Amino acid sequence: MGDEKGVKIGLECHAQLLTKSKLFCGCSSDYRNAKPNTHVCPVCLGLPGALPVINMQALRYAIKVAIALQCEIQHKTLFYRKNYFYPDLPRGFQISQYDYPIGLNGKVSIEVGDGECGERIIRIKRVHLEEDPGKLIYPGTISTSKYVLVDYNRSGIPLVEIVTEPDLRTPREARIFLAKIRSILEYLGVFNGDLEGAMRVDANISLGGGERVEIKNISSLKGVERALSYEITRQRNMMRRGMKITQETRFYDEERGVTVAMRTKEFEQDYRYFPEPDLVEIRIDDSLIASLKAEIPEMPDEKMRRFISQYSLGSEHARALTEDIHIADFYEAVASEIDPQMSATWIADVLKGELNYRDMSMREAMKRISPNDMVRILRYLKAGEIAERAAVEVIREMLDHGGSPDEIIKRRGLARMSMEELKIAVSEVIHENNAAVADLKSGRKEALNFLVGQVMKKTGGRADPKEARKLLEERLL
Amino acid sequence: MLSAVDMSERVRSGENCEEILHEIYERIRSSELNCYITLNDKALDEAVQIDRREGGKSGCGKLLGVPVAVKDCISTRGIRTTCASRILNDYVPPFDATVVAALREEGAIIVGKTNMDEFCMGSTTETSYFGPTLNPHDTSRVPGGSSGGSAAAIAAGETIIALGSDTGGSIRCPAAFCGVVGLKPTYGLVSRYGLIAYANSLEQIGPMASSVRDVALLLDVISLKDRRDSTQVKLPPSDARTNFNADSVLGMSGDDAISSLKGLRIGVPAEFVHGISKDVERAFWSAIHALEDEGASYEEMHMDTMKYALAAYYIIAMSEASSNLARYDGLRYGLRLNRDDDWHTTFSRIRGEGFGEEVKRRIILGTFALSAGYYGRYYLKALKVRTLVKREFESAFRKYDVLATPTMPMTPFRLGERIKDPLSLYLVDVNTVPINLAGVPAISIPCALSPLPVGMQLIASHFEEEKLLKVALACENLMNAHFL
Ligand SMILES: [Zn+2]
Repeated sequence: MGDEKGVKIGLECHAQLLTKSKLFCGCSSDYRNAKPNTHVCPVCLGLPGALPVINMQALRYAIKVAIALQCEIQHKTLFYRKNYFYPDLPRGFQISQYDYPIGLNGKVSIEVGDGECGERIIRIKRVHLEEDPGKLIYPGTISTSKYVLVDYNRSGIPLVEIVTEPDLRTPREARIFLAKIRSILEYLGVFNGDLEGAMRVDANISLGGGERVEIKNISSLKGVERALSYEITRQRNMMRRGMKITQETRFYDEERGVTVAMRTKEFEQDYRYFPEPDLVEIRIDDSLIASLKAEIPEMPDEKMRRFISQYSLGSEHARALTEDIHIADFYEAVASEIDPQMSATWIADVLKGELNYRDMSMREAMKRISPNDMVRILRYLKAGEIAERAAVEVIREMLDHGGSPDEIIKRRGLARMSMEELKIAVSEVIHENNAAVADLKSGRKEALNFLVGQVMKKTGGRADPKEARKLLEERLL
Repeated sequence: MLSAVDMSERVRSGENCEEILHEIYERIRSSELNCYITLNDKALDEAVQIDRREGGKSGCGKLLGVPVAVKDCISTRGIRTTCASRILNDYVPPFDATVVAALREEGAIIVGKTNMDEFCMGSTTETSYFGPTLNPHDTSRVPGGSSGGSAAAIAAGETIIALGSDTGGSIRCPAAFCGVVGLKPTYGLVSRYGLIAYANSLEQIGPMASSVRDVALLLDVISLKDRRDSTQVKLPPSDARTNFNADSVLGMSGDDAISSLKGLRIGVPAEFVHGISKDVERAFWSAIHALEDEGASYEEMHMDTMKYALAAYYIIAMSEASSNLARYDGLRYGLRLNRDDDWHTTFSRIRGEGFGEEVKRRIILGTFALSAGYYGRYYLKALKVRTLVKREFESAFRKYDVLATPTMPMTPFRLGERIKDPLSLYLVDVNTVPINLAGVPAISIPCALSPLPVGMQLIASHFEEEKLLKVALACENLMNAHFL
């Protein structure tokens, strides 16, 4: 969907912070793959009389996020109770923030590549800290299950909530924005986007100054784009039929890719926010802000600018290499050993393409392929010991099965053939393809491509196509 | 009856405690007062262990062998904790409140869990799901509340000391009505970890006993520093384990306490003595005059913000309560009915049947006060009143060492007399709630015992428990002479 006139999108993005323990108790926050309800204690189960105690590490992480999003850090921050009933909420309220959040009035720039204005500034309204509720498990599907199970292992995991102004104009921009947020959080080392459900988004959207519709429960970047596109189409169709868009909250059904109206009862909530009386006001002083600022590493935009000047990269490559901190680190390790521009091509174009194809993250990939492996592959390539196609083959096999470049090259016979071998293969192809040779000699240039292809076929891809072409030209033209 | 100070001393020096505990249980079994909801079935075993010095019982401990009753809103590991509510009828906590762990560590024996108003909401102990507690001085009358079970148990010899909790007078009111001593500590002195919340920003756990010294000793034990309560103030010295040390109070003789009254400046706020009953008036002023006779001076003064205190108190307490009590939905613990529907219906049904009438009234009022459009008008305004009340107390303490008031404006009334009229019941708290709003400490000590008990409330500035207890000790010695 292109640039929609009058479309206004705002996002509320919730990201789990990578602390060792939960936000208000000592339970381990490494809850995935744990048996249900084993990472719990009186505090995160909301047992009568248990009291929350703030995890200062989570607070520091959230302040870092706010700094990285260029927010004004508030010197006084407070927790509030957000009151509502839901089975995943063990106290009947969520400890969140309301007035006095950690950060206000930030901004993020995103690259939308729309020609006349490639860069867009998205204003950040606020950044605050809150706790994750437990998780509902519906045996079967939501609509058919007769009961629901609740797992409180997730209850109390720290979430940073990032709220934007309604500055996004298209579903695609929303996706790009979230990718940028993910990138920033990973750069800070406070977030792991590979973990299932680590980022969840609520979106609000209005068309042509109409009423605002909220979409809840979107749990992937692609989901955000799809949900918003669906919603734009739905609202357009309604308007076309002369129906009025009413302010409502809808739920995104990821499986069906549609938004569904929630029962009125479920969203017409008055959360009755009031300050959490079991926690005290927290002062964030200038020295803490300064020390956290000093810990903030180079951010994606700065890194991109440095890559351009330090490694003489084009902006496309520099951006592709800096979106993901793991790819950027991988690149720098490789580029310190071997030609930075060659490294950029092979990592930004080839390796990243292979990762996308596999829907694999760099974090995952690094378990199979190290910067050293990449350096080895590129060294062989540069020295002419393997062909480009062979290099791609090695990368693919490593991503799929692991192993070492040398072993793969040897086992699969990917080392480039000697000139003698190539000459023999070229002679054979010339003898076996009289018709094509005749065509070529009569001036039909495309016959050369066919003959090169035959050489490649005969050599099982080991030949260097450029060399083969050169030999064929010498012999036949 | 033996004091906790004496008893622990004797047990430490080798005497047995089992027999005394036996007597207490005999008295409980033959009692009609209904002081306890649940008895600790391991108490006698613990006493035997102490007497035999088994199970790591070392023979020291500030409360070694002393029977302690614990209000049923304080979490006790392995002992049912109901808050006097049907909704928690079967709830057995998996953890001890910090104060309970401190009791156990000092060798105290938990007799059982005492009756109270449901979720501390009441001043008579009549809203308990388990029936009312009767006043030991006159069983046709209420013992006060909400810590009525603890106060009555002390007065009737069904324990030696007890823990209560005080949100708006819940320790001092029953202490006054049952003729015992009860202290509400400064907000932040004692850890609330394990205290089942009614109104978090107002309440404290506090000691109750038949003497000031026992109250001081128990306060010493429970004021353990605890990082699990963020609202607890950690008083210097930072390396001390507790926020309050009773040594200087325990080491003071009655005579020394009385002679230290010389020069003591007492303020008597007119707002607290206006409209009190004749019996209370007589007992209170004779106590004041007794203090005057020993060299203290008193002055009647005014505290203008008091007229707003009661309303502000109830708005804050009910607002916090409406949120605190949201967790009782029967899903994880507590009442389960034998029919499950969708969660919305099931939660509503469990809460509808599990909570008593007064609790539901306060949840609804509190929910209303926090609602959009009313928050500023009620809750925020109440917080402003709280600030003003606090300031007014602070300025009073620049002029006076302590303030003295009658704890309750009347003597214990009859069971059923006010329970049907919530507003008249809320009004009985008028002299106790301002103290919780201000967060200052206050103690109630008996200033008459017949025909019915009357309590005098002494109030000091924040964290001045030591001063407060010393004045109370002097009063106690003077009163004892009077009573005799
Ligand atoms: Zn926990």
